[in-house]
This record gives sequence, structure tokens and C-alpha cells, in this order.
Amino acid sequence: MNYFLTEEQQMIVDTARELALTKIKPIREKYDEEGIFPWDIVKEMSGADMMGLYIPEEYGGLGGGVFELCLAVEELSKICGGISLAMAATALGTFPILLFGSEEQKKQYLPDIAAGKKLAAFGLTEANAGSDVGNMTTTAVRAGDEYVLNGTKQWITNGGEAETYTIIAMTNKAKGTRGATAFIVEKGTPGFEFGKKENKMGIRASATRELIFTNCRVPAKNILSKEGMGFIVAVNTLNNSRPGVAAQALGIAAGALDEAVNYSRQRVQFDQPISSIQAVQHMLANMATEVEASRALIYAAARTIDAGEKSFAKISAMSKLFASEVAMRVTTDAVQVMGGYGYMKEYPVEKMMRDAKITQIYEGTSQIQRNEIALQLIKEAAKAAK
Amino acid sequence: MNIVVFIKQVVATTNVKLDPETGTMIRDGVECILNPFDEYAVEEALRIKEKMGGKVTVVTMGPPQAKEIIRKTIGMGVDEGILISDRALAGSDTWATAYTLSQVLKKIGDYQLVITGKQAVDGDTAQVGPEVAACEGLPMIAWVRKIEEISETSIRAERLMEDGYDVLESPLPALISVVKEINEPRLESLRGKMKAKKYEPKVWGVADMPGFDVAQVGLKGSPTKVFKTFTPKRQYKGEMIAGDAAQAAATLVGKIKEMNIV
Ligand SMILES: Cc1cc2nc3c(=O)[nH]c(=O)nc-3n(C[C@H](O)[C@H](O)[C@H](O)COP(=O)(O)OP(=O)(O)OC[C@H]3O[C@@H](n4cnc5c(N)ncnc54)[C@H](O)[C@@H]3O)c2cc1C
Ligand SMILES: Cc1cc2nc3c(=O)[nH]c(=O)nc-3n(C[C@H](O)[C@H](O)[C@H](O)COP(=O)(O)OP(=O)(O)OC[C@H]3O[C@@H](n4cnc5c(N)ncnc54)[C@H](O)[C@@H]3O)c2cc1C
Repeated sequence: MNYFLTEEQQMIVDTARELALTKIKPIREKYDEEGIFPWDIVKEMSGADMMGLYIPEEYGGLGGGVFELCLAVEELSKICGGISLAMAATALGTFPILLFGSEEQKKQYLPDIAAGKKLAAFGLTEANAGSDVGNMTTTAVRAGDEYVLNGTKQWITNGGEAETYTIIAMTNKAKGTRGATAFIVEKGTPGFEFGKKENKMGIRASATRELIFTNCRVPAKNILSKEGMGFIVAVNTLNNSRPGVAAQALGIAAGALDEAVNYSRQRVQFDQPISSIQAVQHMLANMATEVEASRALIYAAARTIDAGEKSFAKISAMSKLFASEVAMRVTTDAVQVMGGYGYMKEYPVEKMMRDAKITQIYEGTSQIQRNEIALQLIKEAAKAAK
Repeated sequence: MNIVVFIKQVVATTNVKLDPETGTMIRDGVECILNPFDEYAVEEALRIKEKMGGKVTVVTMGPPQAKEIIRKTIGMGVDEGILISDRALAGSDTWATAYTLSQVLKKIGDYQLVITGKQAVDGDTAQVGPEVAACEGLPMIAWVRKIEEISETSIRAERLMEDGYDVLESPLPALISVVKEINEPRLESLRGKMKAKKYEPKVWGVADMPGFDVAQVGLKGSPTKVFKTFTPKRQYKGEMIAGDAAQAAATLVGKIKEMNIV
């Protein structure tokens, strides 16, 4: 396939691949097993200038967009979908600042993120507000030129490790969808603490923690956009970041496909490599086709966003829905192709299968993506009918 | 601190093939890489620069294609690269190479530290570093596995030995050669790669070095004369010694003496 990458984009792919193979591959099993946060790898990524791929040059980044981010996340995720998340979730936490930050806020926060000195995180979900984000109970009450935050955010990726957090909190419940506000909160702010680190099925090298706010005072100048714009900030952030999750899913699937193909050529049963058994071949063919289709859709979505199209919620949701479903099927089939060996921890595909599952859940479950796609379809049809 | 690192382009070792007729290495279509030991040398230079400031210059003597390894080091963060390339240098042995590199140092002038790899993985002699030091009258610490302390005027380093290590201190300028235990080289950064792509190293010929004696280099100037290069045939010839242990041991000792091994 030729996706007409520019020379710079090809360099990003090559650099990410080299980093993944030389630095991540040797440690991925251990980090997964022991749930180690990959700070050493983050340092390598920063050294290779990869943490600021999607941040404009004026703020110390490389000036790429969603597509450049996706290329890097895909390559890294081929080797480890948990470790790549340190970068991808930082992007999720950075998009609100990129999209809605004032010039002053951008100047203050983006350079350190671009340089890899600080990681970022995005705090939306709560115990009783998952798919139903409108049900959130974390509040921010104005007190002079500060806001006082109270409440607990749950399952926040990069929690505890990141320095810069974008938090959505209710400033006026009565106003409904106009009642939430987005804040930048820095680690170390009094009243901002972290809960327990979750013990997860997959992406175990990623940190998932609670963010606990107890009378945490945040200056009003840390508001992103304006009071009442919190849900708009959140929705736009997710629309921009979903292709990144899709790229993570794609990488995991492509990594599993590689493992399965290579294994099938080595494994001999009934006096022949299993790669010469048609039932196995067809499984591999389906996997490869789905991986390529997923790649084409993600690249199209990312390029649509970077081209400055106004409405991309639908294709963004489609890319995430499709790629994550493909990742689950392909990793499950990779284990199937490898039989009992695939089920064992000595081989990486069982981990890939565990890692794939999260991509169908976070940043909106597959069901929520379908809701979003259908909603857009109906809106478009209604508009056309006018 | 200005640091000069000598780097060499070598054939990716797994691919080396000899021409059975001439006994020389077949270089056509063979992938060339930066000598792995020189990558550690570059990394160490960059780390010193990050701590102390200054400039890192790499120098390689070789054909025009050797620009590629210079570009790789630029991608890692090296400031400047110089390619020494001249027909007069063709066929130079280690001595002639070292003479040339010492003339390069004379021309560069302002440096405090020279770093080389322990050895090149193809030529494998480990002679060039020490010979350059000898030519220039520089103190040398070979096989450095760790720099314990470095200032503008002195260096203290650990020299890897078979049975441990020595700690040596030297005034600067000096030359050190490094082993792989010293560090883990960084990847080329994206900004570095972009800069490297456009980077054109300086190219010096013998005429660019004042006082260069051409009689010292090239095939003619090289004291090494290669009579024959060949792949040795492996011969396994064994002999079973009969008898009980004491008797067999006595026979064995006799044979060893006979063969003048000890
Ligand atoms: C490892 C991990 C990391 C995470 N990282 C972050 C993070 O960094 N920041 C953050 O804010 N959040 C994060 N989350 C939270 C994540 O986004 C939510 O888990 C997700 O949105 C789903 O919410 P829920 O788990 O409460 O599921 P629920 O909303 O309870 O859903 C349960 C089931 O019901 C279905 N369902 C619910 N509502 C509907 C509907 N209207 N239509 C159809 N089906 C529906 C869902 O699809 C799902 O199958 C993370 C979660 C995990 C597990
Ligand atoms: C017997 C023999 C015959 C040879 N005949 C020829 C010949 O006919 N024609 C020919 O072209 N070559 C010839 N060579 C190869 C050439 O002499 C050596 O490759 C070269 O001098 C470097 O020696 P080395 O590879 O052993 O490096 P080493 O001494 O093992 O290298 C040590 C370090 O010195 C530095 N260094 C070495 N070479 C260079 C360089 N060129 N530029 C910059 N830094 C360097 C590097 O830092 C390296 O890590 C011959 C070599 C031998 C041993």
C-alpha cells in the first residue's frame, strides 16, 4: 500500500519503529506483568522529539497534526499498546489546550509537553458518569478569582504521572449541557490528590487512577474557553483524539497479525507448516484485509481533521469504532492461529488480545460511537431534506 | 570543551564475504554502517557536551559514501562533520590512517578531547587510536568503560581489563578509546534527522592540511604489506590418548612439551 507519506512522515514512522523495536520490545513483557509506568521510554520518546509531533512549532512542537500523531501511535502500538498510551493519553490531555487555550495558556503549558518534560491527562469520567457524562457530580464553585473543585474523577489515564490535567467539572448543574467548565489543574495544587492505581486486564504499563479534589482552589485564569463551555471542550477533544485511539487499536492488530503470520510459517503440524493449511490462510487473509481497511479509514479521518474540515465527528467515530472492533477480532484470531502457544505468556499475542479490549471501551464505547455516527447520519439527512 | 570523535564506516558484519580469487572483501552492494564502537564514542561525546557545553566534531577518513555515517551522527546531535577523502589516501594501512588523522587534529587545533572506538569491527586491529595518540604525543586511555570525572583540563576514567578495571587520570588534551559498556547510544531524533538530511559535511583532501607529507600515506606509504589474504581452513585433528588417568596425563604433558606450547 502507498499512503503517500511525506518524507517527514516517513521519518516519524521509521523513528517510532526503531524506538519500539530497540527500546520497547525488550521490556514490554516485564512492564505488562509488573505494571511499571514507562518513564524510561517516555524519555526516549522525548529525546527523539516524538512528544510534540502534533503541537505547533511556535510552542516547541514539530508542527504536525492528528495524522502525525496517529502514525507514531500505530508504530509504537505494534510493539506495545500499553506503553504507547503514555504518548496518546498525553495528546488527549493536550487537545483541550490546543483547541481552546488562550495564547497565554498555550505559551505556558505546551512547550513543556512538546519537550516531553511533562505528561498530560484528561479527566472527564466519574464513578456514575461513564457514557453518561452529563451525570457528573464534580463541582467547581466560584470564589473571587478562584474556583473551588470538589469531587472524584475515575480511571484517568496517566493519573499521578502527568503534571498537567484538563478537568471537566460542573459549574452550574441547572444549566444542563451548558453547566460544565473545563479547567487546567496542575499536579501539586493543594487539595488535588490521587487515588489507588487500578489493576487492569490490559494496557498494564499505563497508569489508571482516581483524581480526588477536596476544596482544591484553581485560579479562574485556568479556565479553558469560558465558563459553561466544558462539554463543548470535551466533545471537540474526543472528536480530535478518537483517531489516536483508533491508531492504537490498529497498531495492536497489525502487531498481532505480524506475529501470527510469522508463527504460521514456523509451526509444523501434519508434516507441513500450518501456513499451508487453507483454513489458517483464510483466517490470516481476513485479518490482513481488516487491518488494511482500518488503516485506510483512520488515515482518511486524520487527514480530514488536519485539512481543517468543519465537521468530522462522524468519520472520527467511525475510525475508532471500526479499528477497535478489528483489533479485538484480529488479536483473538492471532491467538487462534497460534493455538496453545498463543495463549501462553511466552508469546506476545495474549497480551495484545488483552490490550485490544480497552480500545472498544474508552473515549466512548463502541455503542456510544454507533450512537454518534447514527446521530450525525440523521442530522445530515435532515439537513439535506430541507 | 571541544571534542573530536573519529568514526569509521564499516561493513555490516553479518554480511562480510571474501572474494575467493583475490581474498579481498566484496564491497559491492554490501550495507555499510557506522562502526558500532564509534556510536558509543559519539554518544559519550554528546553527553560530555550536554554537561559542559562546547562542540562535537566527527571526522572520518573514507570514500564519499562515508558522508552517510557523518549524517547519522548529525542526527544524534553532533555539531559538525569532516570527511577526509583523497585519491592519495587509497590503500592506506592503520599507520597511514593514523598519520592522516593526526594531521587533521593539527588543523583543527582547538580541542581538549579525542574519542575513538575500541576497534573497527571489520579491520579489527584496534591500532588507529593508539597510533594517532603516538603521532600527536597525546596521553591515551584505552578501553574506557566509564568517565568518572572530567574538567576542562583533566580526565579520570575507568579502563576495562579482563580481570576488573584500572582507574587512570590524565591531563587534557588526551585521547580515549571506548568500549560498549560505557553507555547506551541514543536514537537519532526527528529534528536531528531533518537537519542531517540536508547536511553537507566539510570535505578535506591532503592539500587542505598544511605540511601534509603524501609520502606517508596511500598504498606506497603504508608500512603494512599484505602478501596474501585468505580464509583459513578449519582443521580439526584429534587424538585419543589411551591408558588410565595418571598414565594419560603423563603422555599429554609429554606431547605438550614436544609441541612447544608451554
Ligand atoms: C483503562 C481505562 C482508562 C480510561 N482513561 C480515561 C481517561 O483518561 N479519562 C477519562 O475521562 N476517562 C477514562 N476512562 C473512562 C472511559 O472513558 C469509560 O470507561 C467509558 O466512557 C465507558 O464508561 P463506563 O465504563 O462507565 O461504562 P458505562 O457507561 O456504564 O457502560 C456500560 C455498558 O453500557 C453501554 N451503554 C451505556 N450507555 C449506552 C447508550 N446510551 N447506548 C448504548 N449503550 C450504552 C456501554 O456501551 C457499555 O457496554 C478510562 C477507562 C478505562 C477502563
Ligand atoms: C593487513 C591489512 C591490510 C589492509 N589493506 C588495506 C588496503 O589495501 N586498502 C585499504 O583501503 N585498507 C586496507 N586496510 C584497512 C585499513 O588499514 C584499516 O581499516 C584502517 O586503517 C583502520 O584500521 P582498523 O579498521 O583496524 O581500525 P581500528 O584501529 O580497529 O579502529 C579503531 C578506531 O579508530 C578510528 N578509526 C579507524 N579508522 C578510521 C578512519 N578511516 N577514519 C576515522 N577514524 C577511524 C575509529 O574510531 C575506530 O573505532 C588494511 C588493513 C589491514 C589490517
